[in-house]
This record gives sequence, structure tokens and C-alpha cells, in this order.
Amino acid sequence: MYRYDDFDRQLVLERTEQFREQVKRRLAGDITEEQFRPLRLMNGVYLQLHAYMLRVAVPYGTLRADQLRQLGMIARKYDKGYGHFTTRQNIQYNWPKLDEIPDALLDLAKVEMHAIQTSGNCIRNTTTDQYAGAAADEIEDPRPYCELIRQWSTFHPEFTYLPRKFKIAVTGSPNDRAAVKVHDIGLRMHQNDAGETGFEVMVGGGLGRTPFVGKTIREFIGKNDLFSYLEAILRVYNRFGRRDNKYKARIKILVHEEGIDKIRELVEEEWAQIKDGSLRVDDAEIAHYIEQFAPPAFEALSDDDADFERHKAENRRFANWVRSNVIEHKQPGYAIANVSLKPIGGIPGDATDSQMELVADLSEKYSFGDVRVTHEQNLVLPHVKKADLFAVWSELDKAELGTANLGYVTDIISCPGLDYCALATARSIPLSQRISERFGDLDRQHDIGELKIKISGCINACGHHHVGHIGILGLDKRGKEFYQITLGGDASEDAAIGKIAGAGFSEAEVVDAIESLVTKYIDIRESGERFIDTYRRVGMDPFKEVLYGDR
Amino acid sequence: MSLQVVTANRLDDGLVVFLTSDGGWSENINDARIAEGKEAANALLAEASAPELDVVIVGPYLIDVEQQDGGLVPTKYREVLRTKGPSVREDLGYQAV
Repeated sequence: MYRYDDFDRQLVLERTEQFREQVKRRLAGDITEEQFRPLRLMNGVYLQLHAYMLRVAVPYGTLRADQLRQLGMIARKYDKGYGHFTTRQNIQYNWPKLDEIPDALLDLAKVEMHAIQTSGNCIRNTTTDQYAGAAADEIEDPRPYCELIRQWSTFHPEFTYLPRKFKIAVTGSPNDRAAVKVHDIGLRMHQNDAGETGFEVMVGGGLGRTPFVGKTIREFIGKNDLFSYLEAILRVYNRFGRRDNKYKARIKILVHEEGIDKIRELVEEEWAQIKDGSLRVDDAEIAHYIEQFAPPAFEALSDDDADFERHKAENRRFANWVRSNVIEHKQPGYAIANVSLKPIGGIPGDATDSQMELVADLSEKYSFGDVRVTHEQNLVLPHVKKADLFAVWSELDKAELGTANLGYVTDIISCPGLDYCALATARSIPLSQRISERFGDLDRQHDIGELKIKISGCINACGHHHVGHIGILGLDKRGKEFYQITLGGDASEDAAIGKIAGAGFSEAEVVDAIESLVTKYIDIRESGERFIDTYRRVGMDPFKEVLYGDR
Repeated sequence: MSLQVVTANRLDDGLVVFLTSDGGWSENINDARIAEGKEAANALLAEASAPELDVVIVGPYLIDVEQQDGGLVPTKYREVLRTKGPSVREDLGYQAV
């Protein structure tokens, strides 16, 4: 866990008090909405369809038990008893009252949390692998570097008014679970020929109305040089990024228009000026941050646990949950337990106050008080003893948190869509619910295997539809909701932007259309192929055929 | 002739409101003052955009409505959702009351 120092504490409290004054002045009529809007956005407060929305940062998706418990309390005290976990590993509240938000922010500050930089044209919350520090396949825990990025980017005076928002994602594993290639900057940890650990730096990835897979600007940057190199990229973007058109203002457009070679040249030139300056982080300082994320006090255990095996043999539902939701841990005798926020027919990413409190309690009892939020809108207990998995699952199951569907067709990413969002053009949640119900049978989900469906309710692509194996984009066609299907997207290390299959489908037609795609895949797949593998082998045509026939 | 009303979000709690005949703001669309025709609609929006209302509401705008079964219903689904609440949580929003 990162440690708040006195500086952090003071900074957040000062900001909270400033915002309290700003709200007071706004309500008294001393400042106009036009003046207030940028101030509230800087504090994560949006105005949505039905009410204000408060977006709270969860730095790199890592929460302590007391923080998650407080998030539950805030859901109850200031909202309507629930919150929504997002693809940015953050949480959003849908119904806070403006005059109560300063108190909510103060309650957040009590557990070292805030809503700073969750909106606005600044460097947003850095995201990472939800299994950081636990995954068997990771090179190194990426969170110390995320924390350094957080400190470097928080209130960075030079980067408060960037041309547009800026998102950085980091993976410490070759298996990318953080979708780093579709971020403004993606960092992939790896080792160079000399055996040093550092990062591949990718730039200009992103979704939205103009999706791109990030391009490699530098194959390797050492840890000590990472921050000056990031600063150099941001400087080039801040200077040359387009400010004339909001829709062309992201760095992906700059990279696309100028070409990666030109951008690289500019960045290297800038970097040469600053690389030996104050942003060079020495080994001792890095060690200090690594120490903050030191592994918890794992017990030396055998990787085989007889009770765990017995429970699996005796309880089919538990065995099914283990099959999909439990991931190998680097420490023998431990496992990573995923808590699905995708009950069949439920609202993806929503959790009630008591569910949050339960997961907080379970993390305290079974996972060293550590909880993670995933960009796929689930929660994770990262360090659970195999011997405790049955107890954990039993508790989760009672609270409708034990759904065994991680990575399956019902583990759908969905943005809030038109049910909540002022920007949306169509609803996305009801569609995700209907797809979930259609494919809810677990045997069928096992048969289909890994299939990532991602739904966005508008072109801004918060639901990551471009990188869904099957992506769905909700649009408005003459006042009616209709849905465009994309195929072949991928958010992993093999990142790809999906291709539009053809004309959109009405709300009534779209679930059948998805089912016909799945049926086709089942018909033509070769042994061991996932949906995305089959798509890559056969291409769009066979799928287009089932969607449109002769149309 | 098309019918329109003015909607906004209330400043303090952010909830959806409609401009009423007496110049107030109601949570119920059926209390809304109806403008018939472009001229009346523009006048209604001008009234709602008065600087002194900046301390009451945020972002006033016109929406198209229809008379249906003695009540007013927006023609766009987005606005229907605003008069009711999230379609996926019928226990929340105005529809729950």
C-alpha cells in the first residue's frame, strides 16, 4: 500500500476545504455556473441526467479494507446505497447532492481518498494490473511506479491545462490485463538484453471516436529515467497537441497526424534537456517505494491443500467458481480470488453499500486487508490462502457476489449509458442484462469459453467496445436506440481495434444477433480456439453472413 | 404545432426540474408551462435563462413533449428517462415515488 505522508494529507484537506468554499459561493450566487463548472470538475463532480455524479479515484485500483468500507458508508450516507465501479478502476456515485459533496469528500479524506484529477484535462488516475503483487506471471509489482507517477502527476503545475485528458496505464506482466495499448501512454515492464528491468513506452493509444492501438516510442527506458521521459512526452504533447478541436486534442491524434517517428524525435530532443535533472529517480528512492508495496507476510505453505480439494470435489458450484474466478498466485498455497460484480441479469460494476462492506471484511480476514478494482468492473481479493477459498466463496455467494463467470460471455463491460449519462446516445446496461440472461446457463458459458463483450452507450467508448471480442456501440437513430456490432477487438497484449460488422440492429434484434455470432463460432471453431482466435483465423465474412445473410 | 417545455437540473441537489406557469420549478413534468410554437418556446427559454435563476437551476433547455392520456410525455427517450429515473432501477428516481 502507498503511504500518505503529511504532505498528501494536508494537500487533500486543503483541497476539500477550498471546494467547500466554492460550493458555498456557488449556492450563494457569488459565482456563476460557468465559473463553477471547471472547479467542480476538478473535484470529480459531474452533472448527469438525473443528478450530480461524484467520481472517486482509486489509485491504480488498489484499496485497503477500511477504504472500501468507507466507500460503502458513503454510498449509504450520501447516495442511494450503491456505487458503480468503472473501467478506470474508479468508483462513481450517482445521486450525491451538491451541498453534501464537501462532507463526502471530507469522509473520503479520512481514509486517504479523494476525487482529484478524476476529470478535467489533466493526467488522470494511473491504472494497472489488478493482480499486481500477486500474479504468478509478473516480472515485478508495477505499483511502486504507478505511485511515483501519481506523485509526479498530482497537481503538476505544467500539466493542469493539457489540450485534453491524459491516461497512463502500466503492466508488470507480459500478459496485459490493464489494456495498456489503448491508453495515451502504456508502459510494459520487461527486461533488456543487459538483464535490467525497465519499460517499453507506447504512446497514442486510445478508444473514443477515433480509436488507435498505441505505438512504441521507446523499446526500453530504465526505471531511473522513466519519469523524466514521461515528462518529455507530456511537454511535447502540451506544446503541440491540438487545442483547436476538442475531438482532435488527444495525443493519439498528434501521433497519428505527425507520425510516431517525428514525435519520438521531439520527445528525445526534449528528454536530452531534462534527463539528468530532478526527475531522475535514483535506486534508493525507487527502493523506498518498492518497500511501501512489500509483499504481505505470507505463510510458507504447500501449494496443495487437501480441504480445498475436498470442497471442490463435494461442491460443484464452488468448483465452478474456482474454475473461472480463482487465478494462480505467485506464492505457494495462496490464490487470487475474483469477486464478480456481474450477477446474471445484474448491472455490471454496481455494488451495494453492504456488499462493499462485506468484501472489505473478507479482505481483512482473508487477504491482508487488500482489495483491487479491475478495469473490467469486478473486485479482487488478491492474496487468499487456498485453504480459505471455500469460506470466502461461501460468504460471497450469500451476498450475490459469488457468480462464477470471470472472462465468460456474461462478464460484460458496460458503461452507465443513457440510464445515467448525459452524453449517452443509447442505453447499455439493459442490453448487457439481456445478454447476460440469454447466456446465463453456466454449462453453455463453459462451452463458449473466454468471450469479451463490451458495450458503450455512445461514441466516447467508456465501455471499451472497440476492444471487445464482440463490441457493441449504442447509437440514436431518429429517436430510437440502435446498436452497432464490432468484431475482433482485443484489449490484451495482442491489442486490436474491432471492425464494424455492418448496419446496426434495433434494440429488439441485437441479442439475437449476438447469439447468432456465438452459434457460428461454436459451429466453426477448431479445438482450443476462443472466439477471438476463430475470428482471427476466418475473418469477418462468416460472421457477417450470419448477421446479414443476403442483406 | 409542436409543444415544448423547459427543463433543467436543480442547483443544490441536481435533480431534474421543469419550469412552471408561476415561474417556479417542479419535479413533475405535468406542472410544466407549455409553449406552443417557436416564438413562445424562445420566450420560455429566455425566461428560464434569466441570470437570477443561475442560483436555482443549471443548464435550462427546451424539450419536445406530447399530450398523452392527460399527461405530458417527452418525445425523446432521453427525456423520458429524465422524467422517470434509470430504466434499470425502477426503485430510484421519480418513478419510485
